[in-house]
Amino acid sequence: MIERNPVLSLIAHALLLLGVASICFPLYYAFVGATLPIADVLQVPMPLWPGDRLGENVAAAWDRGAFGRQLVNSAIMATVIAAGKIAISLLSAFAITYFRFPFRVAAFWAIFVTLMLPIEVRIVPTYEVAANALAPLAWLAEASGLDALLGGRLVARLEWSLLDSYVGLTLPLIASATATFLFRQFFLTVPDDLAEAAKIDGAGPLRFFRDVLLPLSTTNVAALAVILFVFGWNQYLWPLLITTDPSMTTVVVGVARLIPGPEPQPAWNVAMAGGLIALAPPVLVVLLLQHWFVKGLVDTEK
Amino acid sequence: MIHKRVLFGGRGLPVALLVPQLAIILVFFFWPAGQAVFQAFHLSDPFGRHFEYVGLENFRRLFASPEYYGSLRATAVFSAATALLSLAAGLALAAFVDHVRRGRSVYKSLIIWPYAVAPVLAGVLWLFLFHPIYGVLAFALQRVGVGWNPLLESGQAMALVVLAAAWKQISYNFVFFLAGLQAIPRSVIEAAAIDGAGPLHRFRTIVLPLLTPTTFFLLVINLVYAFFDTFGIIHAVTHGGPGGATNILVYKVYADGFVGQDLGSSSAQSIVLMAIVIGLTVLQFRFLERKVHYG
Repeated sequence: MIERNPVLSLIAHALLLLGVASICFPLYYAFVGATLPIADVLQVPMPLWPGDRLGENVAAAWDRGAFGRQLVNSAIMATVIAAGKIAISLLSAFAITYFRFPFRVAAFWAIFVTLMLPIEVRIVPTYEVAANALAPLAWLAEASGLDALLGGRLVARLEWSLLDSYVGLTLPLIASATATFLFRQFFLTVPDDLAEAAKIDGAGPLRFFRDVLLPLSTTNVAALAVILFVFGWNQYLWPLLITTDPSMTTVVVGVARLIPGPEPQPAWNVAMAGGLIALAPPVLVVLLLQHWFVKGLVDTEK
Repeated sequence: MIHKRVLFGGRGLPVALLVPQLAIILVFFFWPAGQAVFQAFHLSDPFGRHFEYVGLENFRRLFASPEYYGSLRATAVFSAATALLSLAAGLALAAFVDHVRRGRSVYKSLIIWPYAVAPVLAGVLWLFLFHPIYGVLAFALQRVGVGWNPLLESGQAMALVVLAAAWKQISYNFVFFLAGLQAIPRSVIEAAAIDGAGPLHRFRTIVLPLLTPTTFFLLVINLVYAFFDTFGIIHAVTHGGPGGATNILVYKVYADGFVGQDLGSSSAQSIVLMAIVIGLTVLQFRFLERKVHYG
């Protein structure tokens, strides 16, 4: 039996309260800032008790740029990235686990290697591809001599810019080695008898995928969806680069532009109001779906 | 690779199922990576139309530049400090939550939420808190006689971005440490308690060693995070300044490529970064295997 030492428990609680207070203080301070009029927020030191201007500050943040539209963009980006990553990873994992075909191992490794190519590392050339997603095809046409054969008109036609578009915001981020592995690992644990039974009943592979594998995967999908939604919502470098139109960028980028510079009346209250709106959706998702979030976090690192 | 015993026939279908993922990977991963490798060994005119093969010249230039060493040093300091701080805080909080009986779920909720805050917003929150003129903590520091100005003082700028980066990562480490603590068999702890080992002694001699695999694994994850996921923090708080003091590698790649338009140098930097990720990924898988062995 382990002794219960009341003094020790008290110390643990005290230190936990201290830790939790330090973790939450930046958010509380931002909240207070977001509720104050500009004169109070610029007072040194700023009051630590909330004021009554939250509505006005939120409205002010909303009016700067295209805040409402940016919130919608973020929601679209996060949802499409999460759904897209899950969909194409389910399909890839199914193909790799349940079939034998040439280049199967090569395909597996090709997906694996993307783990080592985060977007921050290849940012300049990836931006160039986004500026013209058909550049690889154009290069191929030029190198193969097909372009010269057609009088040089083909390459000029192969232009598809993803800048300032939803496709550009989402498509380049949709590949996922992590999700593919997670589903592959999971499929490997699905009893072979199920596939056997499905085959005996005359179900084809797609039918088996839809009626057996998908329903079995719902917990994994839910856990992954939470993590990927947060991932998509919090993207910064990519939307910052490929959008120039304020109404096509995300709310996170929009809020970063609210940070006041060295100006006489820096509107920190408006910046904080915008910040709260931008961070609320993913934080709420994590808190409300905490169980799935923790499962997703642990699963994706296995 | 492990195989399934029961398989479906057909060759066209699996290939069709793989096409979406492979197409994206080809266009947005392999093609740009290939471009980076190509450009790293070439010099281009300002319009990027003509390329001249220059061998290792871009790398030679990179490693001859004091700014790059400055950036390497800043990255080393930044990632080591961020990893250590967030690991220590995550472990301490996990140990306390594991110890207490009441309020566990409340503590958990209050600790995990910063995971969901975008790095750039974490930067904004901490900048506001420590803003040299308006920040309340800056005010407190100035009251006790610290000349606080992270926008001018390089050491303070580093401290501020480390704080913001570590704060965001504590929740991640907390989740894994707590899972690790709860996986330790009660019987082991009880046996030690019966032998008269006090709580601190037990933590140091039994719990910590059993957590070693988790700790190593988290160390690698934290380094990857500090290296690659913290662009937003730097971009919001310091822009790599003052005087390049917080110009970490991912920020420099961005600044040189997009602001400085130096394609050759930026590509050479990309190659160095790829080498770092490959190294870290190999480490990660090494420790992952270890983790399996220890159970």
